[in-house]
Amino acid sequence: MDVGTLTQQLVNALTLGAIYALIALGYTMVYGIIELINFAHGDVFMVGSFVSLWLLADFFGLRGPINNPAELVGVLVVAFVFSMVVMGLVGVVIERFAYRPLRNAPRLAPLITAIGVSFILQNIIQIWRGPAQLNSPQLINVQAGFRVGSAEVHWISVFVIAIAVGLIIGLHLFISRTRMGRAMRSTALDREAAQLMGVDINTTIAVTFFIGSALAGAAGVVQGLYYGYTFFTIGFQGGLKAFTAAVLGGIGNTTGAALGGFTIGFIEVFASQAGYANWSEAIVFSILILVLVFRPTGLLGQPTAERG
Amino acid sequence: MSDSPVTPVLRTVGLTKQFGGLIAVRDVDFEVPEGSISSLIGPNGAGKTTLFNVIAGLFDPTSGYIEFMGRRVVARPERSWLEPVLWMTGPAVLGASAYGAAVAGLSALVVEFLLFAALIVLIGVLILASVRPTWYVDGLVRLGVFKSARPNDMVAAGIGRTFQNIRLFANMTATENVLVGMHDQLRQNPLDAVLQTRRQKREESEARREAARWLRYVSLRGHDDDLARNLPYGDQRRLEIARALASKPKLLLLDEPTAGMNPSETEAMMQLFARIKSELGLTILLIEHDMRVVMGISDRVTVLDHGEKIAEGAPAEVRADTRVIEAYLGKGAI
Repeated sequence: MDVGTLTQQLVNALTLGAIYALIALGYTMVYGIIELINFAHGDVFMVGSFVSLWLLADFFGLRGPINNPAELVGVLVVAFVFSMVVMGLVGVVIERFAYRPLRNAPRLAPLITAIGVSFILQNIIQIWRGPAQLNSPQLINVQAGFRVGSAEVHWISVFVIAIAVGLIIGLHLFISRTRMGRAMRSTALDREAAQLMGVDINTTIAVTFFIGSALAGAAGVVQGLYYGYTFFTIGFQGGLKAFTAAVLGGIGNTTGAALGGFTIGFIEVFASQAGYANWSEAIVFSILILVLVFRPTGLLGQPTAERG
Repeated sequence: MSDSPVTPVLRTVGLTKQFGGLIAVRDVDFEVPEGSISSLIGPNGAGKTTLFNVIAGLFDPTSGYIEFMGRRVVARPERSWLEPVLWMTGPAVLGASAYGAAVAGLSALVVEFLLFAALIVLIGVLILASVRPTWYVDGLVRLGVFKSARPNDMVAAGIGRTFQNIRLFANMTATENVLVGMHDQLRQNPLDAVLQTRRQKREESEARREAARWLRYVSLRGHDDDLARNLPYGDQRRLEIARALASKPKLLLLDEPTAGMNPSETEAMMQLFARIKSELGLTILLIEHDMRVVMGISDRVTVLDHGEKIAEGAPAEVRADTRVIEAYLGKGAI
């Protein structure tokens, strides 16, 4: 592999990993705080892609790239804010009605509810927009880019990576430096003690769902911009990969989820590069199994034995 | 001192807590006078920690009630399933009338308006519940769905506590633990944090300085940025007290604060309690097994055995009470 191809594939891997990382964060945050594997999270990402499709194609009537930079930035800001807020609210509603009533039920009950919510979201979208693949307007010209040596780097990749990294850093600062972030961490560590220290755990869990779902909403916008299409089952595939990323990085750990997302991006891209494109998923999951055999808590996970 | 007419900070009336067939606390009436150090003692399994948990709002009493600062704390009835029903009623009624309007052949504008109104009602309640949680909860209380006597409400009312088995947030630093204790004091909301408003920055830096002051107050030095789980045992106990003090309580509940400490550490803790009482003007209620602590600092002692109150009064009176001696040493010890 020459340097040009390597650079090219490095950028591809980072872009793919960025999308996985954005979705993985939602899985890991929710698991961290209520120990629920939120199977509906992949579908929140899917609905996010449709919300952004509706806004861009139906509401703004856009069909292709925007060449005026000011207009492009404006539309992108509106698209991200809209999709993130809408999906954040959807996440809060899901938690309120599907998970909160079952918070003290046996662990299996909310898991089954999550699968149910996943189907509900898929059916809603299928009825709304039909089962066919729909084209999303690719606002940033996917052909435009610049050359690094012999490699061609597209602006869209730079944009996707920048958005994801920005959101990941923002999330990290939010969790580590703010009142609500501390409330989230303390609730994850010891829900009862947090409550006895004055933390309203219902609000805290709702905020966690809002943020996790908003990040999935952002990933939904990115899906449309980068791939240019969406359909009602992409949540399953994307969600499964992102869930794997969260487990690989150490579920419950946000830095781990980001790392896991990029790791899976790299594995997939370089497996394809090596000529094993059809094997890429088998390779991803083999590596997951190996990691879990030797580090059951994932790459950055902490042993959880001391939790009561 | 024992029967002086000081207003009680905390009063329980006929408090009973039953777990299945086990009555952990039975018909307990007791008072904690303002500004006192009161102790709750009794053999293992006497129901002391259960009583603490009921006071802290973790369990609802089976019967009886608690008065804190002269106001009755009512338990939540178990009708919280009504809450989602109430959420859906408004939108469902509007949605149904939209359907009716469509069937009746009214103009599309009317149908759309009704659907839109249903959506607005749903989102409006959601926004109200998150932006003005107290209004929302008050509304629910009025509708009889539930009463908000959850532990975090008790913290807001002014009850702080520590735990028998230390329950610090192990993977957070000492400062962060204290900051969680200050949760209810801080006003920044998530939007402030995202937008990095001036209020957020100013409050955050002030909060960190205050957290540092609380750590100094309990004589914890040089560990501000250490993870709680890496602190020595005695320091963890101190950190729990700092975290509880940071919520600015009026009543501090300490569950066996000197358990596992050597005599000199215990002595230092007793001095700390005396300082908290005199300097901060707090009322302290503690569960304690170490009789030197109980007899040394308490103004008032309450004895529980098998969930029932068997004696109450000044330390010297309680020590001489035959029922107390029986409870500790068994019948025939006298």
